[in-house]
Order: sequence, then C-alpha cells, then structure tokens
Amino acid sequence: MADDVKDIILKYVTAEYLEDGADPIGFDTPLISGGIVDSFSMVSLKRFLENKYKISIPDDQATPEAFDSVDKIAVLVRKFAQS
Amino acid sequence: MSFSEKTRTTYQGILQGMKDAGLFKQERYIHSPQAADIEVEFPTGASVRKVINMCANNYLGLSSHPEVVKAAHEGMDLRGYGMSSVRFICGTQDIHRALEQKVTAFLGTEDTILFPSCMDANAGVFEAILTKDDVMISDRLVHASLIDGIRLCSAMQDTFKHGDMAHLEQKLEMHQDRRLRLVITDGVFSMDGDTAPLDKMVALGEKYDAMILVDDSHASGFIGKTGRGTHEKCGVVGKIDVITTTFGKALGGATGGCVSGRRELVEMCRQRARPYLFSNTIAPVVVMGILKVFEILMSSTDRRDKLEKNAAYWRKGLQEAGFVLKEGDTPIIPVMLFNAKLAQDFSRALYEEGIYAVGFFFPVVPQSQARIRTQISAGHELHHLDRALEAFTKVGKKFDILGKTRQEIIDRFGM
Repeated sequence: MADDVKDIILKYVTAEYLEDGADPIGFDTPLISGGIVDSFSMVSLKRFLENKYKISIPDDQATPEAFDSVDKIAVLVRKFAQS
Repeated sequence: MSFSEKTRTTYQGILQGMKDAGLFKQERYIHSPQAADIEVEFPTGASVRKVINMCANNYLGLSSHPEVVKAAHEGMDLRGYGMSSVRFICGTQDIHRALEQKVTAFLGTEDTILFPSCMDANAGVFEAILTKDDVMISDRLVHASLIDGIRLCSAMQDTFKHGDMAHLEQKLEMHQDRRLRLVITDGVFSMDGDTAPLDKMVALGEKYDAMILVDDSHASGFIGKTGRGTHEKCGVVGKIDVITTTFGKALGGATGGCVSGRRELVEMCRQRARPYLFSNTIAPVVVMGILKVFEILMSSTDRRDKLEKNAAYWRKGLQEAGFVLKEGDTPIIPVMLFNAKLAQDFSRALYEEGIYAVGFFFPVVPQSQARIRTQISAGHELHHLDRALEAFTKVGKKFDILGKTRQEIIDRFGM
C-alpha cells in the first residue's frame, strides 16, 4: 500500500468534516474525542475507506477509539488491507 | 435509605460543575398569560415587573387569543378533561381524528397522526419507518429531538454539511446500496433562523430515490404565502414525504405535535411508534383549541402577514442601529454578540430596560457564536417594537458594540 494513505485520509477528513476557515488538523489531531467528527458522521469515513482501499472493516473494529486520529485510522486501514 | 449521602454528594458535585461552567439553567416565573406584554418574577423572589417578551415561539400571537381560549373552555365542557388511555385502547375521540384531518388539509399531505409533542413525534418516527437496511442522512444542524430520534433507530446514520446540497448529493450517491434512504432536515433552523432549500432537496430525492423528512416546528402556520410552512415557501407542497411539527409554538402554543405525510408512513407510525403506542395523546381541551387555531388560519392570512411585516421592521431597525445580525427572512432574528458573558450581561441589561430576551451561548450554539435570539410575533404592535429597539440601542451603546464588526466585538470581549 502506498505511503500516502495518511495524506489521503487527512485530505478526506478535512474536506468532509472541517468548516470553511477552520484551523488545519494534523495526523495526530483527536477527531472524535476532539469533537471534529461526531458519531453520526463516522459512517461516511468508514465507507470511504472501505471503497477506496477495497477492504471491509467489521463494525466491532470501527470504534471511536480506532477512528480518533488520522494516524490511528491509517493503522486500521493497513491492518485490513493485509488481511 | 437508597439515596445515600454519597449518592447525594455525587449529584451535588455534578450540579455545582454546571454552575461553575456557567451552564446552569434557571427558570423565570411568568405571572400572566403568554403575550407580548408579560409580568415576570426574576430572579426568584424579586418583585414582579412588566416587560415586553421578545423571545417566545408565539409567532402568531395565538397563545392567549380569546377565541382559542373560548374553544378550549368549550372542549372541556363537551369532551371532558382527560382520556385515561392511550389512543388504540379507548383514548381516541372524534375530535382527535378531526384534528388529524384538519392538519392533513392544512399541510397538503396524505394523512396525519398526533403525538403528545413534536419531541415525541421525532423520537418515534424513525424507528417506526426504517430498519437496519436503510440509511438516515441528516443536516448537521438539525434539532436535538431529531438527533434523539435518529439515535433510537437501527438504520445507518450519516450527515451532510449544513444546507450543502452538493455534499448531500455525494452522500446519496454513496448510499445507493441501502434499501431506503431518508434525508432529514429542519424547515427553519431555530438558532439561526435560516431556511432549508427544500426545492433542491426534493429534486435530489427524486434523482436518488430518497424520502425527505422536514421538522417544520418553527415554520408551520406562518412561513409561505398562506403559512403552510417551508414546503410552501419552496414550492414543494405535496412533495415532502414526512413533515413533523408542533402545536406548541405558532399553532396555539399549548402542547402536542404530529407526523404528517405519506399515508403508508403515517400508518407505520400508528402501528409502531412507541411514544404514540405507550402515551396518552393530546388532551381534549387542547385539541379543541388547536382546531380553532386552524379555523382562524384557514380563513385569513392576516396574522402571518402582520408577522412578516413586524419581522421586516424589527430586522431593519436593528440593522440601522448597527447590530450584527444573522442573515435570514424569518421571525427568528439573532443579534450576534459572539462572547458568552457579553450575551448574558446584555440580556440582563435589557431586562432592566423592560425587555425580555434571552442570551444563547455554547453548547446551545457553537463556541464564539453567542447571541441574543429575538423572536417576533404577530402579537407585537409597532409600539412594542419601537420600545424594544430603543432599549436594544441604549444597551448596545452602553457596551459600545453599535456599528462594530464581528472582529471588533471579539477583539474587545473575546471569543
């Protein structure tokens, strides 16, 4: 898998969840615990990842903790891309 | 004793935390009927004073209308006080069905079911009509009662950016594999007073085979040329699949709500919606009052026309005085102050001037978006609005915010 996974996820999260003019976020910015992504909106992110990387993330693995930063999401994507 | 000292201390700590954070809400006791002129006891124990009410949802001024009050009295005489039963056992009177039919005719839908409140309608509707195979796609600023209803439903949940139809379209494309799609929005958003683009939403619904649900609680009775609601304003009467609304605001202001829309969806609510199945419906006395409200509204548009004129007059007056306002054309006109403490101090100073208007701040609105939300009524006369403008201007001068930009106010008072 290409090294730009984190860049792609960061770009998607910025476009999808940040309001215009909001402060930029980094790879380790807390997304869910930081109030940037609410629990209702997580589903889009999961579906984006599954479509983009042709993977399937089981619901019990798609936890708020596992989705709480771009770094953590990239770990999850890599894990299921290899399995 | 089950409520031990340790338990009591736990709750006291939570409540003190709310007070320390400035989030503790306090009621103000009103010693008169709801109207433009009210008599308020605030703080508790203080002497009652007469003030002009600028923050009620009494948009059409019908909360204490003599004809509505008379109809309610008659309702009490003709159909009694309570039903002591849920609808499907022995809690349905002829007047309940008559009201459902009246709402259907007014909103231009296929059928209607009453709920004890719109909060209950929103809590019950999603679970009644959707399953885990479906998806709900909601505007990110929908009302808390819709959010609670969405949480209670097993369907997939997703959101789109506030009023952003391009983003909604992306979501509808993404969710084409679901059995059913439901787009959820407020008609008029209560905090900002802006309106959902229902015409565009309906077009997307048709293109992507999605149902549309609108909570029109801050619109029913006065938005649109004959007051039918946001769907009338947007030219899509008959094309909204579900409208939820309240009788607790413009439509008499007492209690009650409903789900109105496609026949099959209303029937699903009658079979499955838990707040309908397990709670008494609207009391007969209130039903008779609401029936009278519809009789008044269907015979003349005078009240919504007056409301429209009042709202335009108030908005223009505030703009000329130099306040920063949220853009819009509804009777909800937020005066932006940005800073939470300023909003509270401003509200208190207005009260001293005989004007009752409440400050809103985080978490009710986003951080740095604190405001005084003013709400105009057909019950206001020009002298009320002139008096309120005078008071707003005086207090605005006191805090030196007139003619100042958002940034200048933030620089002075903080976010």
